Amino acid sequence: MKLTLSWLKSHLETERPLEELTHRLSMIGLEVESVEDRGAALEPFTVAHVKEARQHPDADRLRVCIVDTGAEEVQVVCGAPNARTGMKGVFAAAGAFIPGLGQVLKPGTIRGQQSNGMLVSEREMGLSDEHEGIIELPEDAQVGRPFAEVLGLDDPMIDLGITPNRGDCLGVRGIARDLAAAGLGRLKPFDAPPVPGVFASPRRWLRDLPGEAGPLCPYVAGRSFRGVKNGPSPRWLQDRLRAIGLRPISALVDITNFVTMDLGRPLHVFDAAKLRGDLTMRLARRGEEMLALDGKSYALDPSMVVIADETGPQGIGGIMGGELSGVTESTTEVFLEVALFDPVRVARSGRRLGIQSDARYRFERGLDPRSAEWGCEVAARLVQELCGGESSEVVSAGEIPDTGRNLTLRGERVRTLGGIELPLGEQQQILEDLGFSVETQAGDDGGAAGAGGRLVCQVPSWRPDVVDEACLVEEVLRIHGYDHLPTTPSRLDGALPHPAIGLPETRESLARTALAWRGLDEAVTWSFVSGEAAALFGGVPEALRLVNPISSDLDVMRPAVLPCLIQGAGRNVDRGYPDIGLYEVGPQYRDDTPDGQDRVAAGLRTGQAAPRHWAAESRAVDAFDAKGDALAVLGACDAPVANLQVTTDAPAWYHPGQSGVLRLGPTVLANFGVLHPGICARLGLKGPAAGFEVFLDAIPVPKAKAGKAKPPLALAALQPVTRDFAFVVGAEVPAEKAIRAARGADKALIAGVALFDAYQGKGIEDGKKSLALAVTLQPTDKTLTDAELEAVSKKIVAQVEKATGGTLRG
Amino acid sequence: MASDSLASELESLRAETIAATAAAADVGALEAVRVGALGKKGSITGLFKGLGGLEPDQRKSQGEALNRVKEEVAAAIEARKAALADAELEARLARETVDVSLPARPAAIGRIHPISQTIEEMIAIFGEMGFNVATGPHIEDDFHNFTALNIPEEHPARQEMDTFYLPERPDGSRQVLRTHTSPVQIRTMQAVAPPIRIIVPGRTFRADYDATHTPMFHQLEGLVIDETTHMGHLKGTLVEFCRAIFGVEELPVRFRASYFPFTEPSAEVDIGCSRKGGELKIGDYDDWLEILGCGMVNPKVLENCGVDSSRYQGYAFGMGVERIAMLKYGIPDLRTFYEADVRWLKHYGFVPLAMPSMVRGL
Repeated sequence: MKLTLSWLKSHLETERPLEELTHRLSMIGLEVESVEDRGAALEPFTVAHVKEARQHPDADRLRVCIVDTGAEEVQVVCGAPNARTGMKGVFAAAGAFIPGLGQVLKPGTIRGQQSNGMLVSEREMGLSDEHEGIIELPEDAQVGRPFAEVLGLDDPMIDLGITPNRGDCLGVRGIARDLAAAGLGRLKPFDAPPVPGVFASPRRWLRDLPGEAGPLCPYVAGRSFRGVKNGPSPRWLQDRLRAIGLRPISALVDITNFVTMDLGRPLHVFDAAKLRGDLTMRLARRGEEMLALDGKSYALDPSMVVIADETGPQGIGGIMGGELSGVTESTTEVFLEVALFDPVRVARSGRRLGIQSDARYRFERGLDPRSAEWGCEVAARLVQELCGGESSEVVSAGEIPDTGRNLTLRGERVRTLGGIELPLGEQQQILEDLGFSVETQAGDDGGAAGAGGRLVCQVPSWRPDVVDEACLVEEVLRIHGYDHLPTTPSRLDGALPHPAIGLPETRESLARTALAWRGLDEAVTWSFVSGEAAALFGGVPEALRLVNPISSDLDVMRPAVLPCLIQGAGRNVDRGYPDIGLYEVGPQYRDDTPDGQDRVAAGLRTGQAAPRHWAAESRAVDAFDAKGDALAVLGACDAPVANLQVTTDAPAWYHPGQSGVLRLGPTVLANFGVLHPGICARLGLKGPAAGFEVFLDAIPVPKAKAGKAKPPLALAALQPVTRDFAFVVGAEVPAEKAIRAARGADKALIAGVALFDAYQGKGIEDGKKSLALAVTLQPTDKTLTDAELEAVSKKIVAQVEKATGGTLRG
Repeated sequence: MASDSLASELESLRAETIAATAAAADVGALEAVRVGALGKKGSITGLFKGLGGLEPDQRKSQGEALNRVKEEVAAAIEARKAALADAELEARLARETVDVSLPARPAAIGRIHPISQTIEEMIAIFGEMGFNVATGPHIEDDFHNFTALNIPEEHPARQEMDTFYLPERPDGSRQVLRTHTSPVQIRTMQAVAPPIRIIVPGRTFRADYDATHTPMFHQLEGLVIDETTHMGHLKGTLVEFCRAIFGVEELPVRFRASYFPFTEPSAEVDIGCSRKGGELKIGDYDDWLEILGCGMVNPKVLENCGVDSSRYQGYAFGMGVERIAMLKYGIPDLRTFYEADVRWLKHYGFVPLAMPSMVRGL
């Protein structure tokens, strides 16, 4: 919402400086987005008198002018054909910045004649493309005065961001009212005296909105004008419209725009000569179309309110008028529309048609219903003043809905809700200044200001947004000033806070920390991916496909986190960083229900496992890097890591032979492995990559314990003994089988089993492999005898051979 | 005479052996000296045999002298042995010299993303004030995201939100990606009775993508519902928060009237800043920077959640996590948060050394 300071002052009597007004506007909820002092750029330019303009002795096209700037007389060489003795023009002294030239003016000599300044054209001023000659000012322009003043540009333009609840501030007057209530001036009386009609309108308003359609346009009024002359509007009106970025068109159109901006009351004027019969508010008929004032043709549907004559729609209710019945320079007979429309229907119709208009903007934010009455008078006065002619009596159809309502503000409510002690009288004053009619009701002790005292407030018609007591509190608080809010410390129930996060957040945090410590960088990536990427990761149900994606790259909710990381890794590789590690702790989506979302810690490593380094092994990342990452997350999250089984049924986005699943029975806790090179390539990642996905929600919830105490530490007095065993087993046998079998051979005695070598190749028969285990035995009460050692070794060998079908390597 | 000759022989043996010990160049030579003197057939050992032929008193004095020499020689051999071992170790260590200017073994530590770090910091602050973290689904229904929050269909406030929609269901309803974290307010109030004191960090979505908007971003929402909390408490809480998160003790914080459908009265909160020279600084300067929105929960919202608005009241606030992170850590471009660029992550990320905590400082 744009306005100028002088426009504001046409409603607000104030001597306060601009800075105070704009600061207060922001504080009371009418946020100032910018203040543009249009005069500032024109500051160096002043009104000057050309005392003499004579031909340059050495140049046909130049003139030498003696210019009176008000302060001195200077000589200026000028090339404009219209430079002549006695004219008034715009002077820029040497040193001034010329916006249209983009440079600072320097004194100089032109063909032997001194030139100390410039008489400028509109283009040189940056005002227009006009460069036929220098600007000519009226005779009465005062020499020495700022040009901005002559132009009416010494009037700062204020741009406000009006929140959607404040339709009443989409007119300058509403803004002035708020400022007056805030104590920054006096609201001038509303100037809308009745304009008596001198003839009966030949045209009537009709409503054809039966039943439930009635409220879509509850009321419409208007009047006829005859003998009007629709020329250009006067300077003051054109200046105001231009100042806020509107193009003056003709007096009648400018009047409607002015009333819209000044009072927030959209109007429409028809060229009555182009209308056939009366105008009817009705729903559009199937198949109807209308050429609107924006020059486009719109197909209307029966949910939309139109203003129609006998030939069809001449306007779309609350949105835009029709081109064919619009006024032109030759219009002499006019029919005025001042209507009320349902905000929701205006919004919906406007959105369906894709029309943004000043009218729609105001109607959908709620209009003062009484404006349908005074709008007829304001418009009539302006039409008569600017276009002459005669005005008919008012004609109308329907009834202005009664939106009058009383709300009660309890005397203590500003304190209990707002925290501010404010005498009831002051609260009343604020509300009255905003246009509320307020009655005090005595409290229990008889006094209005005492306990139980209250204000019964009649809400002004222009405030549809004020609907309950909380709204009244807000009105009082914002006008009184939020600066007065106390800063009351936040209270804790006890002296110490409780833990703020629960198990899921704790796990996310632990997963993050664990992975960062393993050298992976945390990424945050979009929750959406392309449908094609999703298809590589099992796809998504139709319900997870966005109707209005930002682009086709981001059109479905991601079924997995990995595609985002693979794409991210690909970008890093392409930038010349082939060896990276990324992870993300974030959501993946199964369906569109509240439970259809899982927390996942996923990550990947690409390229070499370690940087090239004199002391580091050089190898590509592999499944065991990823397995380690997955187990680190699971361990950090207190999953029963020792009990996990590894199966080889990882999803299709992993290398089928170098991937696994970590599970507890049927519950999958994690996938890991080398990522499928084909899928990586399709997502833009070249080179080897190993990744993992840990499903944080699948980790069993630990049993609630009575306390945090750990079990007692039982230290054996005796030294552990280690025995090594090597087995030859089938190449397809999972190593885990051998480890488990060895561990299970004597649960009391065996403290640990480490697989320290896995070998295939020379010395081992084809299709077999050698697994070497180091078994640690921990005697508890006495040293093991040779016989006992022999016995347990035999048991281990027997168990492993049985479990793996292998043999002890000789 | 026999004792005299024994004494002189002993002395010469002693001197010889001590000299041989000192001369022994390695452990092997030293062992030969020891065997030659103190071994079973050693020269000193042999003298003990001669003691048997002496008078008892002579035997005693000669025996003592013999033992002294034996001990002296044994000690000298031991000392020499230790010295030789030391020398050998030193020689070995000298051979083992490495170039310590070689780089250490690589052990990369990753970085925590600034969004995670900032959320943890916010939790640390609000946690101290007694807030608990609540979360909710990203895919929401119309009721939780809009209607219950007093944002009716066709309301301009709803249109301004650039909502992402999912396909229409058979019943005509359609799910949305939550446009704010506020639906979790609704879910919490529906699930538990007041008093309520929660913060809600999480992902939010709006169909907008330019220099200052991304289709996904993070918010942190706060909600307090009880019987007495008023707007002064809201101000107190947020003033403390702003000062704590930016670490500026006297940071000016101002409340400005505004509008949100779900709060009444509503406010926007600005903090002090300076924009001089194109550089943004947070602190007690002469300019203001909008940082978050808040207000007293609209009674309609309470009623929509089945909370008695004649008894309960409270406040809500919401802020952009990325915005706070950008301001606090000087990150210039919003879009870079989601690019997974390791150069950016290493530069703006955080080592996982310490969980953010008020008592340790943020």
